[in-house]
Amino acid sequence: MLRVANKVTSAVMRQGLRVLGVAIRTEKVVFTFAVLASAVYGGMTVASAWALGWATENVVLPAFDRGQVASGTLWTGVLLIMGTALLKALGVAGRRILAGLMQYRMQARSRRDVTKQYLRLPLAWHHRHPTGQLLSNASSDAEAAWGPLAPLPMAVGVVVMLFTAAIGILLTDLMLALVGFLIFPAIALLNLVYQRRLSPLATRAQQLRAEVSEIAHESFDGALVVKTLGREERETDRFRRRAHELRDANIAVGRVRGLFDPMLEALPTLGVLAVLAVGALRMSTGSIDSGQLVQIAYLFTLLSFPIRALGWVLAELPRSVVGWSRVQAVLEAEGSMTYGEAAPRADGPASLEVKDVSYAYGDAEVLHDVTFDVPAGRTVALVGPTGSGKSTLVQLLARLVDPGSGQIRLDGVDLRDLPYGAVARSVALVPQQTFLFDDTVRGNIALDLPVTDERVWEALRVAQADGFVARLGDGLGTRVGERGATLSGGQRQRLALARAVVREPRLLLLDDATSSVDPQVEARILYGLRDRAEASTVVVVAYRMATIALADEVVFLDRGRITDRGTHEELLDRCPGYRDLVTAYEREELERSALDADADPDADPDADPGTGLEEEEVSA
Amino acid sequence: MTVVESGRIGAGAERSAWGVVRHGLSLTPEFRTGLGLTLVLATIATCGKIIVPLAVQQTIDTGIAAGAPDLPYITRMVAVCAAAVLLTALAAYLMNVRLYKATESSLATLRVRGFRHVHDLSVLTQNTERRGALVSRVTNDIDQISTFMQWGGLMIIMAFGQLLIATVLMFVYSWQLTLLVWACFVPLMIALPRFQRWLSAAYTRVRERTGDMLAAVSESVVGAAVIRAYATERRTAERIDKAVDANKAAQVRAQTIVGFVFPLTEIVAALAITGVVVLGVRLGLGGDITAGKLVAFLFLITLFVAPMQTATEVLNEAQNAIAGWRRVLGVIDTPADVADPGDGGVELPRGPISVSFEGVEFAYPGGPPVLRGVTVAIPPRSRVAVVGETGSGKTTFAKLLTRLMDPVSGQVVVDGHDLRDIRFSSLRERIVMVPQDGFLFDGTLEENIRYGKPSATRDQITLALTELGLADWLDGLPAGLDTPVGQRGESLSAGERQLVALARAYLADPDLLLLDEATSAVDPATEVRLARALEGVTRGRTAVTIAHRLSTAENADEILVFDGGRLVQRGPHAELVREPGVYADLHASWISAARA
Repeated sequence: MLRVANKVTSAVMRQGLRVLGVAIRTEKVVFTFAVLASAVYGGMTVASAWALGWATENVVLPAFDRGQVASGTLWTGVLLIMGTALLKALGVAGRRILAGLMQYRMQARSRRDVTKQYLRLPLAWHHRHPTGQLLSNASSDAEAAWGPLAPLPMAVGVVVMLFTAAIGILLTDLMLALVGFLIFPAIALLNLVYQRRLSPLATRAQQLRAEVSEIAHESFDGALVVKTLGREERETDRFRRRAHELRDANIAVGRVRGLFDPMLEALPTLGVLAVLAVGALRMSTGSIDSGQLVQIAYLFTLLSFPIRALGWVLAELPRSVVGWSRVQAVLEAEGSMTYGEAAPRADGPASLEVKDVSYAYGDAEVLHDVTFDVPAGRTVALVGPTGSGKSTLVQLLARLVDPGSGQIRLDGVDLRDLPYGAVARSVALVPQQTFLFDDTVRGNIALDLPVTDERVWEALRVAQADGFVARLGDGLGTRVGERGATLSGGQRQRLALARAVVREPRLLLLDDATSSVDPQVEARILYGLRDRAEASTVVVVAYRMATIALADEVVFLDRGRITDRGTHEELLDRCPGYRDLVTAYEREELERSALDADADPDADPDADPGTGLEEEEVSA
Repeated sequence: MTVVESGRIGAGAERSAWGVVRHGLSLTPEFRTGLGLTLVLATIATCGKIIVPLAVQQTIDTGIAAGAPDLPYITRMVAVCAAAVLLTALAAYLMNVRLYKATESSLATLRVRGFRHVHDLSVLTQNTERRGALVSRVTNDIDQISTFMQWGGLMIIMAFGQLLIATVLMFVYSWQLTLLVWACFVPLMIALPRFQRWLSAAYTRVRERTGDMLAAVSESVVGAAVIRAYATERRTAERIDKAVDANKAAQVRAQTIVGFVFPLTEIVAALAITGVVVLGVRLGLGGDITAGKLVAFLFLITLFVAPMQTATEVLNEAQNAIAGWRRVLGVIDTPADVADPGDGGVELPRGPISVSFEGVEFAYPGGPPVLRGVTVAIPPRSRVAVVGETGSGKTTFAKLLTRLMDPVSGQVVVDGHDLRDIRFSSLRERIVMVPQDGFLFDGTLEENIRYGKPSATRDQITLALTELGLADWLDGLPAGLDTPVGQRGESLSAGERQLVALARAYLADPDLLLLDEATSAVDPATEVRLARALEGVTRGRTAVTIAHRLSTAENADEILVFDGGRLVQRGPHAELVREPGVYADLHASWISAARA
């Protein structure tokens, strides 16, 4: 999944430059000033060498030659050196701050855009994309996409710097210019080779780092399983293998770094030495003076480091292109729910009609021609074995997804004709998988509904959650933490239930919403719901008899089809699948008691002589 | 009554920074071996820095100042210098490779050791820290140490070497100018730690804001269904935008600090240069210094710039690395409170298991007792059900029985041995618990079931599923045993995850199987089939079931009824249901719920 194109090919370069182009167009002003600052920095770097050369020629050497120096010249030198340094410092500060501003702004912009898409795109789109991928699109991909922006202005500044330096050296001496033209391209080229060699290795190390982290995450998440099965050593082996791969990958990176870094350091030094040798020769012929020699040698010292910025930008380009294209894929994703303008009814329980509804995940159709209706104020139990399509149907009823074909009508209006928000105002869904926001208890229940604390407490009472919420440190103001981790599964479910109840929905959809709750507590919740059920139409997915007993009617779903509907008694009577499912416990009990009655006189498996002996051996 | 240690994972705060480094190095012998030679190479590499100033000085003084340049001398000198440059580059290469090998090897060892130790910690201790933080102790924290050792730490050594060598050479040339240069840089050096503190605070803020941002962003994905169901897109978008912008603001702020601090060195260097020119010229007039030496000073000053410019970053990294090291050592130093007796422990022979609880008490650290004076014997091959309301202590009972925790007082005895004396390898083989949350690893169904018994063949796995009555379910899956289960098993329904978890435990073939509401999310028909199959396959073994529905309990040989942390009733269903008490009440409410 994390495959990264990591070669600096010309296609990648072109794409990379296009990405940079986007950033430059979006942040024109910041970019312009960043480049200006960088140009000041570049120009002043060269100028500072000139200032030093000037000072050497006009202040230092005359002083030693003639034993005196004019104070005017001295102060001019001081002013030149200080002036260029100050301007250069300003350039550096401006470049760094503005480049950062540009990079972080673009990053934030991508993140906002990507998450807006996540919120806009239909749930069906989410179903097709793994959670991990979507999260990394918004975090690391958005970061990688704009990674080259940090060194970009500097690279532009370096170009300015090289250009100025080239002209300067050319004007000074052709021979020395020749040395420069050999050394600087060599540094740039060496750095390019370096980055090309390093990039795939660094990517691999990065990838392995993610994998090591994934293993640790998974393994610690499953710590209980690891422990109960005594698989600590096996897990450690799994982790060790990947950790050692990472070690080797890092060492491979180290080898390349270790080789190229000293070469990149040595090359300009050799350049300076060449300048000294050639310069001495030129001085002997009188072509240059010693000030110019110092100035060019100093320039070489100054330029050797910034010239590498060109390589940094190039090195970041492949990662940037990959990150950018992943972000773009999200931004260009098509499809959204359409909304109509029909006015929904404002109060009283809603009526629901489901007509010929089919739905498929990709090619696999999970619901086929589902038709049923729920009159206003009634409670319908949706019953069916695991995997029969109940949760999908409930998602359709809440318009989290639209049917492939068929219609779902709320009070006679197709859900698709209602304006945005209208379904959510009428329908409240409590899904099977509880989701809590990283927010307070109150925030999680009210969301953006303006409700009083009393009403929140009232909803908590119905959900049998008032007790434990009252015992939390800050009551309604308690934050529920990372994935609601501070609460038990049953407590989380009850908060999710309260979230639905507080809205006094006209249609309440419960998708096995009390599965983690104690049966005793569940019974109390169901009584509470029944007391206020007149206000709502209810569709409830359930296995438990207590829940089914609340319903006026039962719809039996099997392999995506409604095979029967009617009252509990009717279905019990005529629908074998239903009977099998809901009476499983009862039948089991009956059969067993019949069996026990038959076998009672002599049945005790422990009295079996063979095993009895074994037991004696063990205890002996 | 002994008191359970608070059992938190160490923050390592008790050690000083230097103590952390020493302790950390003592745990990583790979790093120390051959360190001497690496340092020698580093010294040679550092000497390369003064070649340029030396050569410039020589050229000007010997070559030029004499009037006409002494070309043969300069050529010789340049050749020697070039050879020296190549030599120092070679030294730098060798040093780098050695350093990378040593640091990566030692940190890999530390990483694996930390990982292993997390698994050796008790569930209770593990749960005192968020998963992400725990993971970071064996990932990011270690990476931080490695970055520092390979870059920052090296930089510190090289910078000191560079400054030292430059200073020595400067002193040889002119002590007055040396003092002047140091006078310029000392105030900057004094100010650097302060800048570093600003920077460190700014980076800490960035990290916090990044965490918030990631949490907010993840809501838009993980909570996609709920957000749509409640039409809270706008509210969620606002929260995300706020978090993203706060993160950006923190980043820009940190960058601004860097942007202002970084170029300060340039200004100080310029000051030093002008000072050297002005004072140098005066000294030169007095004949104390040559032109070449003065110019060499200008080059030597550039050697001060890089160490100063990177100092704040390096100091910051050093701080992060020590903090990271502290956290890694914190884990490793946290005692495994539920410890494996190891080789000295008892090896249990295979065969039916008997268990007895003798006056067992348990309380979470700092909490009220959750299990009080529990004494009960479970004979071999018996089928025991444990019932009670939430918080009655039944899950605690299960955790003590499987030694996920140790009792605060009293003892749990298995086949005549205190549980604490039994080797883990033996214990985990013989007693297996299936927890309620069917956690699966990202992989196929087959891989997950095989987790119970790594040597199992595919046929054995299929057979296990058939024996559990799950053959039909398996046939209904699109890719059968090759069906991928997704991260944490999330591609399967909660009920299916429980089926896999059960099959995994069954394949492990334990002598005591403990089910902690292990089929709570499975549909009733399947659950009943499964219960019946389990009854068959656990015949001859000891089976303990924490029951979420009372019909399970009705079939047990014996029912243990917990209430408020005490074992209040025990006996077979027929007996208990007739005597007034907790069980009769539970049963009545179960019946009314089941048949309402």
